[in-house]
Parts: sequence; structure tokens; C-alpha cells
Amino acid sequence: MYTYSEEHVNFLKKTKKRKCLIYVSQASIIIVLFLIWEFLSRLGLINNFLFSSPSSIIKTISSLISANNFLNHILITLYEILISCLLSLGIGFLIASILWWNSFLAKVFDPYLTILNSLPKVALGPLIIIWVGASMKSIIIMSLMISLFITIINFYTFFMNTDKSYITLLKSMKASKKQIFTKVVLPANRKNIINTMKVNVSMNLIGVIMGELLVSKEGLGYLIMYGSQVFNINLVITSVFVLAVISSILYYIINYFEKK
Amino acid sequence: MPENILSIRGLKKIYHDLDGETLAIDNLNIDIKEKEIISFVGPSGCGKSTFLGILAGLEDKSEGKVLFNGRKKIGYMLQSDSLMPWRTVLENALIGLEIINQKTDENIKKVHELLDKYGLHDFKDKYPTSLSGGMRQRVALIRTLATNPDILLLDEPYSALDYQTRLALSNDLYKIIKSEGKTVLIITHDVAEALSLSDRVVVLTKRPCQVKKIYNVNLTNSGLPTENRKAPEFNTYYDMIWRDLDVHL
Repeated sequence: MYTYSEEHVNFLKKTKKRKCLIYVSQASIIIVLFLIWEFLSRLGLINNFLFSSPSSIIKTISSLISANNFLNHILITLYEILISCLLSLGIGFLIASILWWNSFLAKVFDPYLTILNSLPKVALGPLIIIWVGASMKSIIIMSLMISLFITIINFYTFFMNTDKSYITLLKSMKASKKQIFTKVVLPANRKNIINTMKVNVSMNLIGVIMGELLVSKEGLGYLIMYGSQVFNINLVITSVFVLAVISSILYYIINYFEKK
Repeated sequence: MPENILSIRGLKKIYHDLDGETLAIDNLNIDIKEKEIISFVGPSGCGKSTFLGILAGLEDKSEGKVLFNGRKKIGYMLQSDSLMPWRTVLENALIGLEIINQKTDENIKKVHELLDKYGLHDFKDKYPTSLSGGMRQRVALIRTLATNPDILLLDEPYSALDYQTRLALSNDLYKIIKSEGKTVLIITHDVAEALSLSDRVVVLTKRPCQVKKIYNVNLTNSGLPTENRKAPEFNTYYDMIWRDLDVHL
């Protein structure tokens, strides 16, 4: 059996040690911050009512779960994110494919896509609620407005930037446009498609929360809005905290698929 | 006398853009004989690649005739090997058959044989990134041969590789082409490569591209390209072609 040189063993050790150190540092930052926060609040240096504290967050979470159907709000928010993600990826992919297929359409719609993408969609919120009603439907439409156009633009740009030599090669083999799309454009952009999914999740997270703030019926966004209206800062901060946890979990789920 | 497999008559190509038009090829005539290796050399930017692109059906011609003797299948090889990194060597070699819907057991077996024959047996299930530049080109050639074309069009096939690899690949290419019995058109800017590989060398003019002169290459020790380079007449041919090319910096 081949044994490594001492230098290589040291190199491996060093690399491992460094990796450990990074994890430990990352964890300590959040722990230290929470400890400071907790102490400041216990010592009365910050107002517990206005700034809450880690222990109050935990208390709030447990009481919310038992009394106020907290899990239901979380599930509703997750459900809305999932639906809008699927819709915006599906529709975005379809439209981008059509634009890739037909360069005339792509040229025609280019300025409209740019305008729709740069328009601040929050401005449309009240209109959507008036037209569609204060329901989950308008939250999902809101979220789609925010994520769809950038998804179309991203997919389309990736498709168009596929390495031309593969396409020339397939054309010389008399491949159809469909074959070029399925055998070159899609597999060549696997990584880019997953990246777009990542961006898409965070865009929809923004969209759903914004929609819930406006519609104010259920979900984490509603809890934030409600909490601020009744001046229950604990509730607001707890919801934001849960939101942060959800978004990082979603991020790691997609990361896991990316590596597979 | 072998028959002509392809005749080109009065070929003309004009490129159009908003700034005006460019005459890339004008009245190009040539007959290609069955099973010959014929090279085209010419100043860079003279429209050589356009010529090959038209034969491959990648570009439209403006005028003229491209007459094939019967139905002929064409294989086209680009400057880069264009192996797809998400496909294994075998899958890359099979893509041509996949496109024309002829991935039959018999054809797949033939590709396996080609890969075995040309030293790629152990790499079939590897991805192209683990192959050297020379081996990648060999896979690209097998991919081109997989659909069993009658005519091969090679567009500066090895220009991206280092000199040693190119010499070795010239021999490789020569052996493979001769044993598979193909008609081959090669575009190159390397006069020595053209001379050592081909039965005929065609010198093209500056833009617009036309045939300036055709050389029948008769070397005393005709054999592998690296052997051909040692032939006494090699340098005489080289000098004549070099003068025809009329290169000025």
C-alpha cells in the first residue's frame, strides 16, 4: 500500500484544521451575538419590550405553537413559496424556451421584459388586491410578479450563451431545433438552471412575505404585520427569526441538489 | 481514373451586413475525386471555412452548383473537438447516430469497434476531461466516422494543439482515413501538414476566394505523413506553394 509522505499528512491535517476553525468561528459569531443580546436585555441596558431577547423568542415560539397555530402560519408561507416557485420556474422556463426558439419574438419582447423587470412590483400590490381580492391568489400573483421576469431573462440569457461549437456540430449532423435544445442547450446549462432556482427561491420568499404583509390574513408575513400593529415586538422579531431559519434551510436543500 | 464524387461549379458567396456586402467566394470551381485526400491552403480570412461550411450545409451559397455524385453523407469536423463534458466518450461518439435516429445495435457495435481499434477501449465510460488533447481529437474523429459518411470535411482539425501532438495526429488521421476508405477535404494554414497528408493541394487566392493552383503531390517515399516530410521533393513543393500563397506581413 502506498503511504503518504509526512509533508502530505501535515498538509491534510492543516486543511482539516482550517475547515474546522471556519465552522467553529461561524458558530461562535451567532452564539456570541445571541449571548450579548440576552445579557443586554437581562441587565436592562436595552428595552426588552422593544428589542426582545433570545429567551423571549423561544418562549414566544412555544406559546405560539400551543395557542395560536404557529405551525399553520409557517406551513402556509412555505406552501405559498413552493407554489410560486414551481409556477415561476415552469412558466419562466417555457417562455424562455419559446424566446430561444424564435429570435423574432425575443427581439419584439425584449423592451417589455426589461420594463416589467425593472418596475418596482410593490407598486402593483394594492392593484392586485383590488383585482384579485385579499386571498392566497393575490399573494402568489404578487410573488410571481417579482420572480417571473428575472427568471425568464436569466433562462433566456443562459440558453443564448450556450457554447456555439456544440450547436454548429449538431447542425452539421442535420439536427432539428428540438434536438439542439434537448441534447445541447439543456445539459450544457444544468448548473445555470440550478443557480436560477436558487435565485428564484429567494425572490419568491420576498414576494410571498410582501404579499402577506399586504393581504394580512395568514402566514409569517401576516404575523409580522399583526405584531407591529398591536405593538407586540416579540411576535415580530420571532417571525423574522423563523423566516431567516426557513430561508437558510431552503438554501441548503437546493445546495444539496446542486452537488448531486 | 477514380470518379468524381463531388463537383463544384461557379460557387459564389456574398456576406451581407448593414455596412455593405463582402464577396467571400467568387467563381470557385473544383472536382473532388473519390477516396482522395485533398487539402486547401490559403491566406487567413480568404473564405476557406466559408467554403467548407457551404459544403457541410451550414451556410447558404449565393450562386453556383455543388453537385454530389449520388446521395453522399457528409461528416464535418470543427477546429475544436467540441466533446460534450456531460457525456462519456462513448456517448460523445454516439451523438451523430442519435441525431439521425440510427442508434441500432449494429451501429453501436461499430462505434465500439472503432473505439477499441484506435486505443480508446479503456476510456469509453470516462468523461472527456480525463483525456489528453490528442485523444480528444481521436474521439472527435470517431464521432465523425460513426455515421459512416462518404466525405469528411475537416476545418483546421488540429490547429489548437501543440506541434508534437499534431505530427502524431497527422499519422493517426492518415491511417484511420485510409483504412476506412473516405474522401477527405482538409482546410489548413499549415502548408507542411497539407503536403504530408494529401494527394492534392489546392492553393486558394486572397478574398474573394478562388482556386489559384492545384498541385498533384507525388512523393518518392509516399507513406505516413511523417515519412512524407522526409521525401526529397517535399521542400520543392513547399517552396512553390509558399510562393503561390504570396504572404506579406
